[in-house]
This record gives sequence, C-alpha cells and structure tokens, in this order.
Amino acid sequence: MNRTIYAATAIILSLLALPLPAQAALRVLATTPEWAALTRELGGDKVDVYAATSAFQDVHRVDAKPSLVARARNADLVVAAGAELEIGWLPILLRESGNARIQPGNPGYFEADANLRLLEVPSAVDRSMGDVHPQGNPHAHLDARNVAIVATALATRLAVVDPANAAYYQARGTDFQSRWKLAVTRWEAQAAPLRGVPIVVIHRDQAYLCHWLGLVEVAAIEPKPGVPPSSSYLAELVTKLNAAPPKMILRNAYNDSKAVDWLAERIHVPVVLLPYSVGGTPAASDLFKLFDDTINRLTGATK
Amino acid sequence: MFPFRRLHALRAGTVILLLAVAPARASELGDLRAQLDALKSDYQSKLDALETRVAQLEAQVAAQPQPQPPVVEQPPPPAPSGGGAGGANAFNPSISVILGGRYAQLDADPATYRIAGFMPAGDEVGPGRRGFDLGESELTLSANVDPWFYANLTASITGDNTISVEEAFVKTLALPSGLSLKAGRFFSGIGYVNEVHSHAWDFVDQPLVYQAMFGGQLAQDGAQLKWLAPTDLFIELAAETGDGGQYPGTRLAGNGVNGGALLAHVGNDIGDSASWRAGISWLSRRAEDRSFDDVDANGAPVVDAFTGRSRTWIADAILKWAPHGNGNLRSFKLQGEYLQRTEDGQLALATTPQPLTGDYHARQSGWYVQGVYQFLPRWRFGARYDSLDSGNVAIGLVQQGLLPLTDFGALAPASPSRVSAMFDWNPSEFTRLRLQYAWDEARASVRDQQLMLQYLYAIGAHGAHKF
Repeated sequence: MNRTIYAATAIILSLLALPLPAQAALRVLATTPEWAALTRELGGDKVDVYAATSAFQDVHRVDAKPSLVARARNADLVVAAGAELEIGWLPILLRESGNARIQPGNPGYFEADANLRLLEVPSAVDRSMGDVHPQGNPHAHLDARNVAIVATALATRLAVVDPANAAYYQARGTDFQSRWKLAVTRWEAQAAPLRGVPIVVIHRDQAYLCHWLGLVEVAAIEPKPGVPPSSSYLAELVTKLNAAPPKMILRNAYNDSKAVDWLAERIHVPVVLLPYSVGGTPAASDLFKLFDDTINRLTGATK
Repeated sequence: MFPFRRLHALRAGTVILLLAVAPARASELGDLRAQLDALKSDYQSKLDALETRVAQLEAQVAAQPQPQPPVVEQPPPPAPSGGGAGGANAFNPSISVILGGRYAQLDADPATYRIAGFMPAGDEVGPGRRGFDLGESELTLSANVDPWFYANLTASITGDNTISVEEAFVKTLALPSGLSLKAGRFFSGIGYVNEVHSHAWDFVDQPLVYQAMFGGQLAQDGAQLKWLAPTDLFIELAAETGDGGQYPGTRLAGNGVNGGALLAHVGNDIGDSASWRAGISWLSRRAEDRSFDDVDANGAPVVDAFTGRSRTWIADAILKWAPHGNGNLRSFKLQGEYLQRTEDGQLALATTPQPLTGDYHARQSGWYVQGVYQFLPRWRFGARYDSLDSGNVAIGLVQQGLLPLTDFGALAPASPSRVSAMFDWNPSEFTRLRLQYAWDEARASVRDQQLMLQYLYAIGAHGAHKF
C-alpha cells in the first residue's frame, strides 16, 4: 500500500509542477447569463467569461455540476447575482473549488445585488411564506437602471482584480454607460404605453421590470413564491381575473407553459413569452437586445 | 407634505402657548383673541395657497408620466451575510435540522437480518425496525471559521435517544494550486453515494453493497488532501488517511494511522442537458480481531474474528439529465457503483481453551444500479437493483479439514440481491414524503418484502448539495 501512496503522491506533485497555460484573459465565472453578458460588455477581449446557467434554467435550482466546480477552480473572478439566489449550489462550488481568490470577502467574489437596493425585503421571514429571500427579491436585472449601477461596480472590480488592464475596463465602462443611458431613455419612451397596464406573472421574478416600467402586477400564479398553485387557488384566480381582466400573462423562457396556458384560455388573455435573460429568445442575444426584445414583446401585446 | 406638518405644529404650539398664558392675564384676553384670529386667518390663507400649489403640481405630474424613481437612490444597505442581522448573533453558524421518520412493514423479522456470505458489518445493516420509527434527525452547524477554514458539524440524533457525531471537520479555503485539506471526522470521498447524507439519498436505505462492505457509510477520523486539476474538464484526486476504525478496519492499538484511500473523479457536461461524473477509488484498511457473531454446524452461537488486510476497489458513475439543465419539470438520474473487496489474513474461531486460527482469503464483490425519474414537478419515482457475490472465500481451518464449512454459517457462498422501487412527493424543496417497496433477498433463502413510508423535513439554513 505504501508504494501505491508514494506513487500517487509523486504523480500529484509532478502534475502540480506542470506549467499552466499562459493566462490570455481574466477568467470569469458568472452565475447567470445577464451578468455574464455585462462582464463581456465591460471586459471585451480581456476576459474569458463562462456562464454557469442559461436563460432556460431556474437559477434557484441548479446542480453543483463537476463542470462548474472545474470552472470555479480556474476562475479569477466569480460574478454572482447574490441575495441568496444561488444559495443551493454556489456555496458548494466555492468550497469545492480549492480556489482562495473567489471566496466571499475577496476581490474575486462579486455580488451584483449587493450594490442595489432590493425590492420586497421582508421584515420577517418564515418558510411558510414560500421561497422568500431575507435580503429581498434577487431578480434585480430587469430594471435596466440597475444594470447601470452594477456595471459601475463591476468595472471597478475588474480593474481591482486585473490592475494591468484597469484603464481598459474603465474606458469600456464609460463607453457602456453612455450607450446604456441612451438605450434606457429609448426603452422608457417605448414603454410609456405600458404604464399602469395590469399583468399576471408566474413567480415574482418580474418585480423589477414592473417597478421600472410601471406595469401593475395584479396577480401571481404562484400563491406564494415557489409554491405551486392548488386547483382551488386557480379557480379563485379565474373568477377574480375574469372580473377585472389583465392585459397579459407574462411567462419567462424557463417557465413551464402549462399553468399559464391553462389560465390564459380561461380568462381570454394573451400569454407573453419574455426572454428573462440573455439568450432566452433568439432575439435577446446580448444585454441591449434583451431589453429591446422584452419591450417589443410587451408593447406588441398591448396593441 | 413637510410644510403642512410644520404649519400644523406651529399652529398647535401657538394655541398651547396662548392657553397657558391666558388664565394669568385674563384682562388681555380680548387682545390675544384678536391676535389669535389674525394669526389663524394668516396661516389659513398660507395653507390654502400651499394646498392649491400642491394640487397644481399633482395635476402636472399626472399629466406627464415620469419613470418611477430608480430602485437605487440611496447607498445600498450593508449586505447582511448569512441571515444574521447583527449583534451578538451575527456570527452564529448556519443551523439546519433534518427531521426524518418512517413506518416500515417487514415480512421477516429484522432481528434475523444478515447479508448472506458476508461477514456482518455492524448494527446499522438491514431495514431497521418494524412499525413506526423515529429515524435519524440530523443537526448541522456550519460556518467559515476565518478566511482560511470552513467548519462543519453534523450530529445524528436517533430514535433510541443516542446522539452521535456523523461528521465534524474543518476544511481549508485558501490553499494554493487547487489543493484543499479536510481534517476531523468525515465521510470518505470514495465511490459516489458514500459522501451523500442520508436525507439526500434517493431511497430510504443504502445500497446493499455499501451495507455489506462498510456497514452503511464509511466515515473516519483523519485527513483528506484533495487536488483539483486546473482544467476545464473536472478532474479531482484525493488521498485520505485516518484511524480506519470503522468496518472493514478496526482501530489499531498502536500509534500511527490505519490504512488510507486514494480516489480520482472525472466529470463534465454533455450538451446543455446532461452532466456526468465517474470515478475510481481504492481503500486499504487493517483489521485486528474484527469479531462477529456466527453459528456453528450445530446451530450454537460462536464468535469468529478476522485479523488481516482489507482492500476495496470502487468504480462509480452518475449521469444527470434535465431538459436544458432545468430540472423544475422533468429530470433523470442514473447511477451505479461496483465494489470489490479482497481480504487476506487470519480467521479465528473462539473456542476454549485456545482459539482455532487459520488462514483466510476472500475476494467478494457487489454492485447496484439505480435510476430516478422526475416525471412531473415535485413527483419522482425510482428503481434500484442490488446484487452481491460472496465470491471465493478460502478458510484455512476448512481447507485443512479441521472444521466443516458449516461451522462458518455467515460465510456460506451466497448471492444476495434486492429490488427496490420508490415513489416520492416533494411539495417544497424542504419536504419529502416517500413510499418504498423492496423485495429483499439478502438473507439466504428468505425473501423479505418491505414496505416503507418515510418523511423528511428540513428546517433552518437552506441546504446546498453536492452533485
């Protein structure tokens, strides 16, 4: 046995001594596609970004897959949404990564939501309330103004983690801010007819979009966050919504269509599929197009 | 709103002042009243003007819709960490509790449970008690100690009022080069299911082969050094050593360690819907006087003991699938492991005045394969097949003709097997209710049909599970 252990130790030590491939770019592991896209906007060709999830995944429920542990091992920076959105899997990735740089508290760990004032911060939490987040609703990116705030913080962070390219990140950051500001003005103008429009959502992950554009969320298909509706709750919902019909029902790319289609049929209201994040629809191929497409789809449904 | 409030306060203040002064100077009452009326009308006119102004502004705002103020106008509140808001409790570790309980209906008396052909591996083998049973409650406390260490304590509290330390370890967070060191008591990283806590199992009980080879789950007091390769392909190598006090080893009398383990895991994704991990592990242990109860050819109870070396190889693989990696609707999990154990040494039969001792060599193996399919959100069913082969067992005392093989009832050749089917419902992430049915042929020539109902409830900190 001793010989086996010596042999294995020798193999491990020789592997450790192997020269690592030259670092071409800053390696970033982003937990969600929107923050991955923002990192690409700010980092250009100086960053190599890997998105842990796609717009078709519910970020609450993701496995700490081996491929993600491997990416965490090599990451120089982790960009997370935070506010416990990734609580079921990110802590494992960080602990299993054997990577000191990305542990919380180090510059290599960035949380987007930590820079924002979150909506729906509960004054008390209890699991009987469903999947509530003690720090507030974590789905903050759908208010485009939040993206700008996160961009400022992230550009600064990129400069801290990769000081050699600090000027590059700051320049890109400034450029992004000016383009984003114009875009936000354009989106707000386009979305003006959406103000006060009553809508129905599935989960409370459109709260920031509604807050920004003035859509009025009149009901959620989940009676409590993360809790599936019972048939009696749905029946109540049908009665209530038939009395005061909303303009549309919103569905994210990762949501199942069954419950919304069922409801839409009974209250005779269209279902609007939203990309939710970058890549959620073919048109939402980057951060700007995510909002272009979202607002197009929303305004299209109000016509 | 502000000017109004200030005006009201001013008015109230004036009135109170006047009222206080009034009785003292009754003669000046008339004057004062006149002044008060003047003040009143003055303020009233100001108030009216302000109200008009506000109404005008409100009308303007309504006429010209403005985007609502951005969510962030103020600097962000300090991010609370881990839910503790502050004060003395801010640094409390996260606490989670799993409550488990079950009802079992067993055809055969569980007291007679034996995995035929294998040396008994301790008390935790078998389907457990009949009827209602408060299974295991798990209490976990964990937190980062400082920038360099993470600590975790998992205590198991069982229905018979015992509490035991399941895991208690510290793990480094800041070693360089993808290295991490874990020390304390922990579940060995060998195989796949060995590291999985009981509340996260896909069936009520452990695979038969783990029960036969390790008496359930292999934990040790020791240390584990793990290295993660700097590649996009997941490659992890680990070496462990420790007291080796749990079956198949025994705690040694002397200083030093008892055996060790080496393991390697590789994993990756297949497209955006599937991911896998496969591994190979090797475990070595020394056993000194590892005794077990047996019955001899006449049916009389005897005590046998093994002393020697025990080596186990494990090959494991798991594949998880969900459409686009979104397991909310449907998902599938397929896992299997093969274990082979070689034991070399001496087998002693406790007889008076002198124990009889002879050589012992055995190569035994077993495997299981299981699949779990989530066919609807929150509903899953699964099936598992367990198979064991007691293999080649050479007992010196028998080969020399000193004793018949029937004197070693526990070691008679056998090929135990079990088929299990389970069905569970998970109304939330924190609740699981499970129904399991098993056809258990672990004992020689007995088929035990086992029906189990199990509940698992998790409270406290949100758990995070390994792949």
